Amino acid sequence: MLDIRGLAASINDTPILKGIDLTVPQGEVHAIMGPNGSGKSTLAYVLSGREGYEVTSGSVTYDGKDLLAIEPEDRAAAGVFLAFQYPVELPGVGNANFLRTALNAQRRARGEAELDAVQFLKLARGELRRLAIAEDMLKRNVNVGFSGGEKKRNEVLQMAILRPRLAILDETDSGLDIDALKIVAEGVNALRGPDFSALVITHYQRLLDHIVPDRVHVLAGGRILRSGGPELARELEAKGYTDMVAEAA
Amino acid sequence: MNAPIATGVPAFLARFEGLRTRLPGDPAPRLAAAEVLRTLGLPGRRNEAWHYTNLRPIEDAAFSEPLTALRDSGMLLARVPHIGTRLVFVDGRFRVDLSDTPPAIFRPFAMHARFGDLAQPAREPLVALNTMLAEDGAIITLPNDADGGTITLVSLATEAPGRTTAFHPRHQIRVAAGARLTLVEVALGTGTYLHNPVTEIAVEDGATLTHVRLQDESPSAYHLATLYSSVAASGTYDSFTLTLGGRLSRTEIHATLTGAGAIAHLNAAQILTGIQHADFTSVVRHAAPNGTSRQTVKNVLAGSSRGVFQGRIEVARDAQKTDGYQMNQALLLSPDAEVNSKPELEIFADDVKCSHGATVGELDAEQLFYLRSRGVPASEARAILVRAFLSEAIEAVAHDDARAMLERAVSDWWEQHPA
Repeated sequence: MLDIRGLAASINDTPILKGIDLTVPQGEVHAIMGPNGSGKSTLAYVLSGREGYEVTSGSVTYDGKDLLAIEPEDRAAAGVFLAFQYPVELPGVGNANFLRTALNAQRRARGEAELDAVQFLKLARGELRRLAIAEDMLKRNVNVGFSGGEKKRNEVLQMAILRPRLAILDETDSGLDIDALKIVAEGVNALRGPDFSALVITHYQRLLDHIVPDRVHVLAGGRILRSGGPELARELEAKGYTDMVAEAA
Repeated sequence: MNAPIATGVPAFLARFEGLRTRLPGDPAPRLAAAEVLRTLGLPGRRNEAWHYTNLRPIEDAAFSEPLTALRDSGMLLARVPHIGTRLVFVDGRFRVDLSDTPPAIFRPFAMHARFGDLAQPAREPLVALNTMLAEDGAIITLPNDADGGTITLVSLATEAPGRTTAFHPRHQIRVAAGARLTLVEVALGTGTYLHNPVTEIAVEDGATLTHVRLQDESPSAYHLATLYSSVAASGTYDSFTLTLGGRLSRTEIHATLTGAGAIAHLNAAQILTGIQHADFTSVVRHAAPNGTSRQTVKNVLAGSSRGVFQGRIEVARDAQKTDGYQMNQALLLSPDAEVNSKPELEIFADDVKCSHGATVGELDAEQLFYLRSRGVPASEARAILVRAFLSEAIEAVAHDDARAMLERAVSDWWEQHPA
C-alpha cells in the first residue's frame, strides 16, 4: 500500500528527514511517535505534497505509483488524506460548499459521477449524526471561529465524507479534551477495514488507547529508531523519549 | 500635405462646434464647459487626483459621433439579466424599442435636458466634456414617499467598423423625501469606444437610493464615470460598483452628506487582467453631524493589470459624531500586477470616529494547499479563494437579484480568465 524507502527531505537546505524506511500494508494502522522536532510533521507534509519540502533522496510508492511525482490534488483523488495539525481557516468559504467541491473534484478525477446538492447533504448529514457533530458546522465558514476541538472534528468529518484509503493524521490529538479525542478515534475506527490504512502521528500514547495500532514506529532525529507492536507505545510512555533515544544511540 | 487629424480635446471641441445647435437644452452651460475644456485640457499626471491614471490614450484618439445603430444589439442585451424595469441605451441614446414601458418617473435627457447643480464641470475636465456633448441620459424623479421599485439602466456600445466612438450620457436621479429606489446600472459593449457618463444624485430627507453598478465594458473600451451624490438628513445612498471591463477605466464618486444622520456606502470591487487599468476614486464629504460612511474596496489583479484606489474622507468642523470607515484590500495574482492605494483623511471636527486601512497580498499558500490536499485542483482552489475574498464586499449588496447578477458576473469572469 504505502512503501517509503530511504526518504530524505530538507527545508531550506536543512535536512529534516534522514532516511526513512517504512511500509504500511493495506488494512493496517501504524502509529508514528516521536519528540518535538523529530520530523513527524515533515513526513506528513512530504507525503501529502506540500510545497517548500525538498526530497533529496529516496522514494515513496503508494498503490504501486510514485506518490512524490503527482500533485497534492491527485494524491487526494488517489485516496490520500492529511488531517492537519493546524487546520486552515477559509473565510468566505462555506463548509458544505467546500466539502462538496472537494468530494466532487475527487470523484471527477476518478471518473465517478458527481453528487448533486441533495445527494451530498444526505451523505453529510449521515456522517454528522454518526460522529455526533452538530449540523450547523456545515453552514459555517471553513474553520473560521472554530475552537481547537471543533477544527479537529471538522477534519474528522472531512475524512468521513471523503473516505480516503490512506489517512495521515498529523497530531490530530493535540489540544483536545477526552470527548473530542474519542470523536477523532471513532472517525478513524469507523473507516478501519481491509481497504483502509492510516498513519497516526502523535506525541502521546493517549490517542493510541482509542485507536489501537497494528505497528508503532519511533521517529527521532529524522530516522526511525525502533518499530514494534502496540506495547512499544506504552514502553515509550513509561520511559520517555530521552531514554529511548539514548538507548538507541 | 494633409493636415494632421485632430485628436483629444481639439477633436472634441470641433465636434461640439459641429453639433452645438442640435444639442438639447440650454446652450449656456455647454459653452461654459467648452471654455473650461479649452483652458484646462484633459487632466494630466501633474494633477494630483490623476497621478495614477494616464489619459494619454484619450488625448491620442480621434473619437467620432456614434451613428444611428447599425447593428442589432439583441446579442449584447441578452447578456443582461432582467431586473426590475429595464431601460436600454445604445451608444448613449435611449431606445424605447428595446426597453420596458418606461415608468412615469423617467424622462430621457434628450427631450428634457437640464443640468443639475451637483456636477462641477468647472473643476473636472471630464465632467466639462460630458456637459459640452451630452445628448441623452436618464432623468429619474421620485416624488415624496414614493416607492420606485427597481430600475435597470443598460448601456450597450455597438461596434462601428473603422470608427472609435464616444458618448457622454447625463443622468439625474432625484429621490425626494421619504422615497426609495433601487437603481441597477449595467454597461457593456463591443469594440473601442469612450463611455463618459456623469450622474447627479440627490437623496433627500429620509430617502434611500440603492445603487448597484456593473461595469463590464469591452476589453478595449474607455469608461470614465463621474458621480455626484448629495445625501440629506437621515437619507441613505448605498452604492456598489463592480468593475470587470474596459482597457482604461475610472469611477469617481463624490458623496456629500449634507444633513444630520445621513448614510453613504461607497463599496466597490475591481477584477482585472491583461493590460487593464481601473481606478476607483471616491471623495466623501461629511458636512453635517451624525453621518455615517462605509467603504470596502477590493481589487483582484491578474496579468499585468493595474488597480488604483483613491479614497478621501473630509469631515467638516461641525460634522461632529461622524462615523467613517474605509477599507481597501488588494489581491495580486501575478508578479506583474500592480496596485496603487491612496487613502486620505481630512478631519476638522474633534468628536469623530474615522478609521481606514489598506492591505495588499497574494493568495495564501496555506489556504491553497489545504484546498488542494482535499482534492480541489489548483486553478479551482484559486478561484474559490478569490471569490471568498470578493464575497465580503459583494455580500454588502442587499438586493437579491442585483447581488446574484454580480456573483454571476464574477463567475463568468473566472470561466473566461482561469488563473
